[in-house]
Amino acid sequence: MSAPATEAALAEAIADAYAAKEPVLVQGAGTKHGMLRPVQAARSLSTRNLSGITLYAPKELVISARAGTPITEIKAALAEHGQHLTAEPPDLSDLLGVPGNQTLGGIVATNLSGPRRIVAGAMRDQILGIRAVDGTGEIFHSGGRVLKNVTGLDLCKLLSGSHGTLGIMTEITLKILPAPEQTGTLVIPGLDATAAVATLSAALGSPYGVSGAAWLPPDAAARIPELAGFNASVALMRIEEFAASVTYRTARLAQDLQPHGRAELLGDTISRSVWRSVRDVTPLTVEPGEAVWRVSVRPSAGPGILAATGLRGFLDWGGGLVWLVGDPASHPAVTAAATAAKGIWTLMHAPDSLRASADVIPPEPPVLAAIGRRVKAVMDPAGILNPGRMAAGA
Amino acid sequence: MLALPEPKADILARRDEIVAGLRAILPASGVITEPLRLKPYETDGLPAYRQIPLAVALPETTEQVAAVLKLCHSIGVRVIPRGAGTSLSGGATPLADAVVLGLMRMNRILEIDYADRCATVQAGVTNIGITQAVAGNGFFYAPDPSSQLACMIGGNVGMNSGGAHCLKYGVTANNLLGLTAVTIEGDILHLGGNHLDAAGYDWLGLITGSEGMLVVVTEVMVRILRGPEGARAMLAAFRSNEIAGQCVDAIIGSGIIPVALEFMDRPAIHACEAFAHAGYPLDAEAMLIIEVEGSVAEQDDLLDRIKRLCEPFEPLSMRVSQSPEESLAIWKGRKGAFGAVGRISPDYMCMDGTIPTSRLPEVLRRIGEMSDQYGLKVANIFHAGDGNLHPLVMFDANDPDSFHRAEAFGADILKLCVEVGGCLTGEHGVGLEKRDLMRFQFSEPELERQRRLKDAFDPAWLLNPAKVFPLQDKPRQAA
Repeated sequence: MSAPATEAALAEAIADAYAAKEPVLVQGAGTKHGMLRPVQAARSLSTRNLSGITLYAPKELVISARAGTPITEIKAALAEHGQHLTAEPPDLSDLLGVPGNQTLGGIVATNLSGPRRIVAGAMRDQILGIRAVDGTGEIFHSGGRVLKNVTGLDLCKLLSGSHGTLGIMTEITLKILPAPEQTGTLVIPGLDATAAVATLSAALGSPYGVSGAAWLPPDAAARIPELAGFNASVALMRIEEFAASVTYRTARLAQDLQPHGRAELLGDTISRSVWRSVRDVTPLTVEPGEAVWRVSVRPSAGPGILAATGLRGFLDWGGGLVWLVGDPASHPAVTAAATAAKGIWTLMHAPDSLRASADVIPPEPPVLAAIGRRVKAVMDPAGILNPGRMAAGA
Repeated sequence: MLALPEPKADILARRDEIVAGLRAILPASGVITEPLRLKPYETDGLPAYRQIPLAVALPETTEQVAAVLKLCHSIGVRVIPRGAGTSLSGGATPLADAVVLGLMRMNRILEIDYADRCATVQAGVTNIGITQAVAGNGFFYAPDPSSQLACMIGGNVGMNSGGAHCLKYGVTANNLLGLTAVTIEGDILHLGGNHLDAAGYDWLGLITGSEGMLVVVTEVMVRILRGPEGARAMLAAFRSNEIAGQCVDAIIGSGIIPVALEFMDRPAIHACEAFAHAGYPLDAEAMLIIEVEGSVAEQDDLLDRIKRLCEPFEPLSMRVSQSPEESLAIWKGRKGAFGAVGRISPDYMCMDGTIPTSRLPEVLRRIGEMSDQYGLKVANIFHAGDGNLHPLVMFDANDPDSFHRAEAFGADILKLCVEVGGCLTGEHGVGLEKRDLMRFQFSEPELERQRRLKDAFDPAWLLNPAKVFPLQDKPRQAA
């Protein structure tokens, strides 16, 4: 595997592959290698040596780093100034079974966001600017280093979540925010999924700025040590604010939610740990041979997805994000349930036999697919970047 | 003056046929062809540029939009999508051989779902119309451009509009869930939905801010948010732009993100005070409007913290609003800034660059120098938290020399924004106004890449073709 140490060397490596018309497997640290479809490629390239923070202006709420910079390095730099990554990107290495230190490029290319997504936007919403190399080896930029920018087409969003199939990001500039002083969590135990989502909806419809809203069934709750004592399902609602506001808002919210059940308050340290578990999907274990799905639907449809599939799972994003684990043979049931709910699905992880043979994301209608092929041809005319990662033959 | 492409003679010659085609699709009142009734569509919020279009089509359904586009595509007619026509960058400036496709009759709210916190509305619903529809339940739609009383959500998507509160709540792109849109071939696309994020490519993200060049948006699914318990504003006045800028840094650096943080320089303070009588400090060189949200106790706490952060910068005065009425008056001055400047100058141009906030004092000093050099007054309003600068350049449109100087002054301001690490436009869009400045921000291969992405949606360059990208000799815009 080649791992160029400069953008110019990376561009040269891609230009060379383009000239040879040889496909390239593109990755950062490789922790998400098992996501979506397997890539068959003669060459492989990692951005891991394109590393380091290139700009950090805490008072301007921006940070830039090369794509191969480990997320932990960025978080540590931000923490020194009391700031954090707003979209709360997850570390799925346990879930996906590939240990390692994920990179900034990897988390942006997969557009993965954590529980705070519901109030703070997705990972892609934080991207202010990128530098990237296209499938011919040409370097380009989009956006910049300022917080508001509508100059020209937004290629930052096009490349976010494109899994390295439209270009290889070499440097990324993010909007960041101050980390909240304190975190508090209300827990209402014992609700079924439908009652829980109604509760989460009431909380998210309150004026208290709820920044996390999840429901774990009893077996998933039992896997989080701090929640195991409830011996029941848990509806979790998080508030992140200045300390006095956390005290005030959790008390008011608990009062407002009384018709839904009696809420218990988890303190700062426990809250942070619990939400890290929700973020990283540790309430679910994946046995060898099992598959993992991520379904996004309107929140009220979340319980129906759990019921229709009968798989192990839990709900985040107020019910709108459904994590599912189980028999790969359930794939048609998952996609059917998500589609019926007018939502989307992603096969996050599965045995290669399923990954290689099934759609791993919803196929696009023909008109959109045709536009997609033309866009792909602009960005990667020889189709050498991560071929087949998102769809067969694309 | 910016050039518009030559009208295509063959299209002008087929006007009757095109109009007949439109009349076959739309009700009689939905096709406008009489010169007097075309007049209101000749310009938008950039009135220096005017052009009567070939015809105006006012569809009422997505299917009618599709049929109109199909017709135009089959004949090769250019199409200018238009919402309320409030674009300050000439995003809806017509062409002589183009059909203006006005979405203002698509003004229905289709669904409001409080449990799932989303709403589906047609493209011609006004920005404020969404908030008004949900305000009774304590909800709001977050992006709030100054033109929010008039501007329409379809246009907001086209320009990725922002507003004074986007430091906390984000811009249009961050508040969208889905779109119904029509391609130039007349195919209807459904993108996203009432769920978060895409599994495949982020078409929603690419189309938002694409200035009507890729597709025509007919329906929009947005997130609606529950409002805070309350909000309150305070004013802080300072002896210099530099000191006010340092104070902004201190507030942001402290970990407080006010829901709004607006900066006005001396000319802006004076113009707005004369208009709004909000009690703005006339002795100050710079003033901040700082707004916080929460319960009354939380507001008190945050405003106390902010006052303490301001004190080392020796403010000339600080005034915390004592009532909702006083907060409204404080905002009235800021939100009415354009009208206020309109009272002291026959005409003005509202520029829209973004800069790294640390460069503010230098940028304002250099804008002041340019103001002397061009002999034109300027008032500066600035979304200080996010670096979005709105210099209002005052001129007299009846004096061609004054207009040319204003255009050159504005262009120099935007070049300065790019030079210090910022960009040409923070929230108004490139449109026609900043089209020829794009070369200062992008290399020719980068512009060509963006043009080729437009090719992928609109190979014949019929959708809003003379905007955003500098005109070329050959194909595409000049065809």
